[in-house]
Amino acid sequence: MPFIPHTHADKDSMLETLGIASTEELFDEIPKNIQCDGLPDVPDGISEMSMLRHMAERAHNDTTGICFLGAGCYDHYIPAAVWDIASRGEFLTAYTPYQAEASQGTLQLVYEFQTMLASLTAMDVANASVYDGASALAEAILMAVRVNRKSKSRRVLVPASTHPFYLATVKSIVTHQGIDVEIVPSVDGVTPISDIDLDEAVAVVLQQPNFFGVLEDADSLTTKAHEAGALMIGVVNPMTLALLKPPGDWGDTGADIVCGDGQPLGIPMASGGPSFGFLCTRMAHVRQLPGRIAGRTQDKDGNDGFVLTLQAREQHIRRAKATSNICTNQGLLVTAATIYMTLLGPQGLVEVASACVRNTHLLVDRLTSHPNVTKHFNTPFFHECVLDFGEPADKLQQKFLKHGILGGHPLTGLIEKGEQSMLVCATEARSEQDIERYYEALENG
Amino acid sequence: MVDTIFEKSRPSRRAAAQRIEGEVAHQLIPEPYRRTSPPALPEVSELQAVRHFTNLARRNFSIDTHFYPLGSCTMKYNPRGAHRAAMQDGFLKRHPLTPTSHSQGVLACLFELQEILQNVTGTAQVCLTPMAGAQGELTGALMIKAYHADNNDHERTEIIVPTAAHGTNPATASMAGLVAKEVEVDADGDVDLESLKRVVSAKTAGVMLTNPSTCAVFERRIQAISDIVHDAGGLLYYDGANLNAILGRARPGDMQFDVLHLNLHKTFATPHGGGGPGAGPVGANERLAPYLPTPMVTKSDDGYRWVDESERPKSIGRLSAFMGNVGILLRAYAYSLLLGGNGMCNVSEYATLNANYLMKRLADAGFHPAYPDRRATHEFAISLRQEAKETGVTAMDFAKRLLDYGFHAPTTYFPLLIPECFLIEPTETETKEELDAFADAMIAILREAQQNPELVKQAPHQQSVGRLDEVHAVRHLDVTAH
Repeated sequence: MPFIPHTHADKDSMLETLGIASTEELFDEIPKNIQCDGLPDVPDGISEMSMLRHMAERAHNDTTGICFLGAGCYDHYIPAAVWDIASRGEFLTAYTPYQAEASQGTLQLVYEFQTMLASLTAMDVANASVYDGASALAEAILMAVRVNRKSKSRRVLVPASTHPFYLATVKSIVTHQGIDVEIVPSVDGVTPISDIDLDEAVAVVLQQPNFFGVLEDADSLTTKAHEAGALMIGVVNPMTLALLKPPGDWGDTGADIVCGDGQPLGIPMASGGPSFGFLCTRMAHVRQLPGRIAGRTQDKDGNDGFVLTLQAREQHIRRAKATSNICTNQGLLVTAATIYMTLLGPQGLVEVASACVRNTHLLVDRLTSHPNVTKHFNTPFFHECVLDFGEPADKLQQKFLKHGILGGHPLTGLIEKGEQSMLVCATEARSEQDIERYYEALENG
Repeated sequence: MVDTIFEKSRPSRRAAAQRIEGEVAHQLIPEPYRRTSPPALPEVSELQAVRHFTNLARRNFSIDTHFYPLGSCTMKYNPRGAHRAAMQDGFLKRHPLTPTSHSQGVLACLFELQEILQNVTGTAQVCLTPMAGAQGELTGALMIKAYHADNNDHERTEIIVPTAAHGTNPATASMAGLVAKEVEVDADGDVDLESLKRVVSAKTAGVMLTNPSTCAVFERRIQAISDIVHDAGGLLYYDGANLNAILGRARPGDMQFDVLHLNLHKTFATPHGGGGPGAGPVGANERLAPYLPTPMVTKSDDGYRWVDESERPKSIGRLSAFMGNVGILLRAYAYSLLLGGNGMCNVSEYATLNANYLMKRLADAGFHPAYPDRRATHEFAISLRQEAKETGVTAMDFAKRLLDYGFHAPTTYFPLLIPECFLIEPTETETKEELDAFADAMIAILREAQQNPELVKQAPHQQSVGRLDEVHAVRHLDVTAH
């Protein structure tokens, strides 16, 4: 009986208190014909030692080698202290801070997280997370439609250069509220700002850098969106904001809603989750922001403390009229990210971002020195770039794996001749030797 | 409160944890794209960071430190073994877009978890991607909508929820573009069948139910409810929040539910993380399975692989950038291996024993179970209305005073239809001694409420802060330190 502490004496004494002979009687309100006879098709339990041996074999099976894959999930170095502290039982095994006085640790941490995210994005306020970057974009679009009451339209423009899985998620979630998501085609990997028809658009989305790693003209699109009465939604990688202009400073008055995925901030890749999504906005729109928000307040003696605030936005108060149905979010990942940002500080984050940019440019220069490899787009990029390899990318990927190289993300169906292209990335965790090994794998393919 | 990390910051101080030589990459980024002023992140030493967050951790109640009988949240022990299993390099360092040829380990785990959850719930297929219960609910609502649309049944726009339902149920209906309609709950905590018959119509898309219900009693007339809804052309959605009560004993699929979600962070003991991550896998019967989201995992002759919309054209589509909260799914899988089918049956048995025992002890001490003639399930509700009337001490005051006694408070004021409510869920992993100590604390607080009500009304007295003013927080909104 794993994790059940009852001795026979405990059980007998409890049954006696209840005045019953067996625990079976406790289930006498469940109609007999819907009771099942145990779970015969689920194997019997095993020991922790056996389970860990089995899981270690499975984990070992998935060891690939040197990662040059990005596409929304990145292989960054995570300082030892991040998960040592985040895995403390008091963070790991607490729940949503409903009892504020018994949850000051989590609440203060979330307040500090909100401060860091707001500063990174140059926005006024951040929430305490949503599930991931893709669902964050869906929530951002729903929020924009609620905020922009002047616009009668439900037309939202999303560039084709946005992460394709984010686009898919947005379509699954927002179309059910009558929102018309219109995809803006890219030209040479960027969104053609001057050609966009913003007539009657309620909001415009822009991912910076976009899915292809390319830098978009966020300033022009933001100003143009505002002139047309549309809200500007920025999708950003928080790590890049150490070097890139934050969305709060885009164009005339900055983006109105900013979202993205926090995985680069100290979260392991872990097959893509758990990570966390974040949402930031202007103070004027805070009451339409979904998810938990921590706020500073005072106790009855005037001492400072923290609570969950603006709860009238949320499902447990507002029910069918809530800003979202979100309840449980990604608290533990927010804890890790807050520790990560604290350990790096402004200078550490600049160094990581710079190393990512330098390494990716180094990688691109080295690989394109091979006669078969060329850059797909000739536009400024950050730490990801599309390369054409002149042969089927999925087969090439398998060849690279034989050399211990996870070479990139094939772009079949996403760009012209995408079946011969890969999106590559080299984070600060890649060395010059790693890059050289990639080149050797390419040459010896 | 302790000083915020920003108050500990000094210009140019830094931790040694991550330093990289080399020039700032400005020359590689064209000028108009550059940031001009640095973000206001803290500048502290590594020790300062470690000490700050360690001290914050110590200001939390948690399962590891305190009895945490938060009703409907299943705060059971989170096994360290399951945590370690998921924190291995091969899992942590796996990129989500790694080709399946090099992902057979994780895919095998996910496939087997799908099968285990199908068995546990009595469903035909399970999709693991939804990232929390609320996203599982949305998934289910969208599947119900897609099913009716597929049958050209476009008038079905209403989702029926009990008045006692969790707030996510009606919020989910709205997110799915459906309208929530409420059905009454009778004096014994069961859905009122006459009320249900009145509200069911040709507009009914489906009904969302939790069983045991949010009133913490088993919905005895589930078969009649199922017949009424199905006869009217609607579908039945099972909210798995309370599955711990019936694990291995009764399966939602056998109760004729068409689609459901599980909360792995509840029933399958994955860590709640201070508010997540959760995982809300969704299962469906044959009728609704084609609409499950993607990706899913399948097994063929040459191994395990992902299934996407090209093979599942009726799918409602993708709900996350990758595959949901895989790290949590691996913990749940590890927990299932540890327990096995036999261990799962023990879970519901002892969770139910603990709840009934604690309810009896409190009832014997003069507290008022909300449904005194009913069995407790894995949890039970008490109403402190009479105590509040007699002493002026409310459920909230009781909750705050419990903190001083070293217990996290139960869920308060939920379900809403029970006045001055405590929803108490002890879980199967607590000892009889712990339950007795909690009952003794409740009895002691009741005595304090009678003799010195101010003591309880001013609680807590022994936490890092006194009772916090939530109204002040809204009126003087302060949500960032700068």
